[in-house]
Amino acid sequence: MKSIEALGKTVEDAVEEGLKKLGVTRDKVEVEVLEQGSKGIFGIIGARPSKVRLTVKNDYASIAKKFMSDVLEKMGIQCNIEVEDSEDALKVNLVGPKMGILIGYRGETLDALQYLLSLVVNRENKENEYKRVILDTENYRKKREETLIRLANRLAYNVERYNKSIRLEPMNPYERRIIHAALQNNPKVVTRSEGEEPFRRVVIELKK
Amino acid sequence: MRDLIEVIAKALVDNPDAVQVKEIAGEQSIIIELKVAPEDMGKVIGKQGRIAKAIRTVVKAAATKQNKRVVVEII
Repeated sequence: MKSIEALGKTVEDAVEEGLKKLGVTRDKVEVEVLEQGSKGIFGIIGARPSKVRLTVKNDYASIAKKFMSDVLEKMGIQCNIEVEDSEDALKVNLVGPKMGILIGYRGETLDALQYLLSLVVNRENKENEYKRVILDTENYRKKREETLIRLANRLAYNVERYNKSIRLEPMNPYERRIIHAALQNNPKVVTRSEGEEPFRRVVIELKK
Repeated sequence: MRDLIEVIAKALVDNPDAVQVKEIAGEQSIIIELKVAPEDMGKVIGKQGRIAKAIRTVVKAAATKQNKRVVVEII
């Protein structure tokens, strides 16, 4: 993260000076006052300037947009990139024709792109300021969630009916969570995960 | 295809200038060799090859669009 120190007669002056040096606006930086200046006596003796440190905030939205537009261009895919930087996550939505190629088998390509995008966005971040990134297109994430919930309920019914546990195919943590959550309050079955990543899978069993 | 890998690799590493991508065209498939600075190897491979796998998945999708087979090798 880029940061500089600047001096000025007052704190405000110092901030102004720093912004000029960085060439950015006030809302793009974090200000830390290092020294509160003093006017001294008669403005001459003992006068000290104010000192501030300005740190440029990470502009996640433009990093994400830049990376995605470069990658999509090289893939030969034309689409619009909508970015929304909210408190809990950076949401990136791709709008265009033929998005199927970007989704891939069971969202495999979309997940890969999302993973790369989150690495790029969080590149300069330390672990404690990790920004979650969600990449979506044609409302795929929502539709997939609905599909998984339907699947979970159908399988739970089969488990109960045939008194036999069912192992699902390997899924990523996010999708497994949806299955677990969907069956959490089901009185007849319990769910657990088994195996090692990336082949970890959910097992649905009859409640004893 | 070369450019796609270059864009992705450069965005991930600390030394973008050290990224080298070579394309070897075969009859049915293209082999792409990605070379990065030794200290950046982890940035393109990842834990258990997770990043390398993601790069290959994205490249595969782009290649399918052009009816080609692409092999990405990290050396």
